[in-house]
Amino acid sequence: MTRGLDGPSPEERPTPAGRRNKQGIRIDPEIEAKHDPRRTVISVLVEHEPGVLSDVSGLFSRRQFNIESLTVGPTAEDERARITLVVEEPDPGIDQIKKQLRKLLPVIAVRELEPDAMRRELALVKVNAERPDRVAAVADMYDAKTVDSSPETATIEITGARQKIEAAIETLGQFGIREIARTGTTALARGTDDTAVPPTESAATEAKQTQQFTQPADDD
Amino acid sequence: MSERAAPVTTTEEQHDDQEPARDAEESVDADATAEAASETEQQPVTTGAEAVVRALENAGVEHAFGVQGGAIMPVYDALYDSEITHVTMAHEQGASHAADAYGIVSGEPGICLATSGPGATNLVTGLADADMDSDPMVALTGQVPTEFVGNDAFQETDTTGVTTPVTKDNTFSSEPDRVGTDVSEAFALAREGRPGPTLVDLPKDVTNAETDREPDEPAVPHTYEVQEEADREIVDAAAERIENAQRPVMLLGGGVIKGEASEACREFAIEHEIPVVTTMPAIGSFPEDHELSMEMAGMHGTGYANMAITHCDTMLAIGTRFDDRLTGGIETFAPDAEVIHVDIDPAEISKNIHADYPLVGDAETVVDQLSEAVDDSPQITKWRAQCQQWKSDYSMAYDTPDDEPVKPQFVVEALDEATSDNAVVTTGVGQHQMWACQYWTYTEPRTWVSSHGLGTMGYGLPAAIGARFAADDDQEVVCIDGDGSFLMTLQGLSVAVREELDITVAVLNNEYIGMVRQWQDAFFDGRHSASDYGWMPEFDKLAEAFGARGFRIDDYNDVADTIDAALAYDGPSVIDAHIDPQANVYPMVPSGGDNGQFALTEDQL
Repeated sequence: MTRGLDGPSPEERPTPAGRRNKQGIRIDPEIEAKHDPRRTVISVLVEHEPGVLSDVSGLFSRRQFNIESLTVGPTAEDERARITLVVEEPDPGIDQIKKQLRKLLPVIAVRELEPDAMRRELALVKVNAERPDRVAAVADMYDAKTVDSSPETATIEITGARQKIEAAIETLGQFGIREIARTGTTALARGTDDTAVPPTESAATEAKQTQQFTQPADDD
Repeated sequence: MSERAAPVTTTEEQHDDQEPARDAEESVDADATAEAASETEQQPVTTGAEAVVRALENAGVEHAFGVQGGAIMPVYDALYDSEITHVTMAHEQGASHAADAYGIVSGEPGICLATSGPGATNLVTGLADADMDSDPMVALTGQVPTEFVGNDAFQETDTTGVTTPVTKDNTFSSEPDRVGTDVSEAFALAREGRPGPTLVDLPKDVTNAETDREPDEPAVPHTYEVQEEADREIVDAAAERIENAQRPVMLLGGGVIKGEASEACREFAIEHEIPVVTTMPAIGSFPEDHELSMEMAGMHGTGYANMAITHCDTMLAIGTRFDDRLTGGIETFAPDAEVIHVDIDPAEISKNIHADYPLVGDAETVVDQLSEAVDDSPQITKWRAQCQQWKSDYSMAYDTPDDEPVKPQFVVEALDEATSDNAVVTTGVGQHQMWACQYWTYTEPRTWVSSHGLGTMGYGLPAAIGARFAADDDQEVVCIDGDGSFLMTLQGLSVAVREELDITVAVLNNEYIGMVRQWQDAFFDGRHSASDYGWMPEFDKLAEAFGARGFRIDDYNDVADTIDAALAYDGPSVIDAHIDPQANVYPMVPSGGDNGQFALTEDQL
């Protein structure tokens, strides 16, 4: 009665010359845009309410964002808490993380911190201490403190940038490490720069917060 | 059926008319029943459950879909005295799909209720469906008393935990003084900005508890901010790009319908004579019988739509999230096109396809902004001719030899012909859904109701029930279903019979999970693992057993008369249409493939 679908077959059709990369960005044949993953710190100001941490961590797991560390603690205001996330993603992924976080209802503000932001973590390292004096000497080199000691062990508290902690742990390794507990990174922007404030409180900060940082964090 | 929501069918004018119309209706109601109303409805609330129901009433809710149960009983008790019509469904999944469809057709959030535990988990599919399609919906679930929460009490599940990934927002409501406002807020959130499903979990002690706190008016929480207008500079740059385009297309997504931007988009396309492609959720946003319409693009989109999006140099994409069923392989999606992306959700910008011109804002507002900014139409006579050429090269057609079983496409076309332009079509998911997209000519927004993003088999019948309550009295509601899909939720027929709903279900019965069979033939050497449904019941007889009318189609001579008889029946009817079991859906872009390389036959896959 009628004909079936016809028309030129696939190989007879014209095809456009262009292509996109995996991130959906049109490839400029001259300079192909490439986005390598980079490590960065995202600070999130949230309503201090039950379930907010699971909202944030659930978002990361179901969207397959790579989360390196997450810390959370109260702020100067009782009803707000700050979550500090370290992530490693290509730029479109980092951008998407920020946008998806902003969609969560308890999230008040989201900001990616500048590479020069102050970032700190804490580690407790329990080592064998047959020679407490040598352990103390190494701890000193890293501005660390001995917070507990026993005839067999010493526990050192180290605070600082990730690299410093890694270095300290490596050096302490010579004594024989029994246990380590580390927090993730927590961070604040420098000087009068606000780390993450609600958009309505500072329009200028918000405008600045949309900028992209291309260099990695400077303590990496 | 008593009363239905104001119709939301086509234009912005009608949309504007809605508010005064509803106000008028309410004031008539108020006059007529002034005393009665003031005595029954205006009583102060005394319990949490009454606050919940008051919040729904304040929001203008007329219908709710649900199933009774232990933990939700206080809310149902409060509903007993309310003007809100409660539709008892046969299964909570049906309640969630009915509410979803109600939201699609009316534009206002659909409401579903379920008890705790199994009731709540049965809603999850419908919540996920609404979440993927950004449909406005509010789910109210009962919960065990707060003192038992976390103790694995009878019929307890962590409902907010289970539904977090599939809702726009959810709340465990723990305060009797706050519970009404929680519901108001959930309602406001469901429709504000990018719509979506919200859920309020209601512990039985909270709804039972005394409170005199009236719920606040529906308002979104202070942390939820929506940008209405797009950045002026980017609008101007995008407008310039459109003016200078050689091969522009407009790609309309579901957000066009949800944002009431269909009329603005029509005007823009027609003024500048730009070819229009839609995604599946946007079906009806642009009239498919218009010369500029290229219809639906994507995996089973028309060949001409896919040629147009593949070869365009400028894409004005509005309210779409670039799902993989639309884009095919990212590398080959509109590879020459600069993309102007309008979306109310900033997170959709450059999520899948990079936006060269990101325009965050309300679809209607931004299209108006663009309209003002575009001074000269692009010079694209050649491009338009090319698009028309593609329309003739790849026109949608199929063989109908008399000696073969009935072709499904023929049944869809016959149904379309027998119904009016504003008929609402709901579907399940599978081959029948694609034929319903391809061979029905849609001209009005909010007349296409389907499960797009989640692809939920069994969606069609409960959606038809929800759509029936939201649609205008003179709008026909037709459910085009597949045998496998229909089997999943056909207990809803009991609801349609009880409520005397005028719904026509056409089951395109090929005794297969047809889309799976098609893929098995194409990609798994024809090994029909678990897709052969030769054991299907006789749906016409089953319909009669439920108290509905049953019809059967076996050959071409039956089609027109049977459809007329089924449509004429004033109540639920089911047509068991036995179709060619080997019929397949073409064109087809294989998963992750190049849209321009769509196959017209199995040999081209």
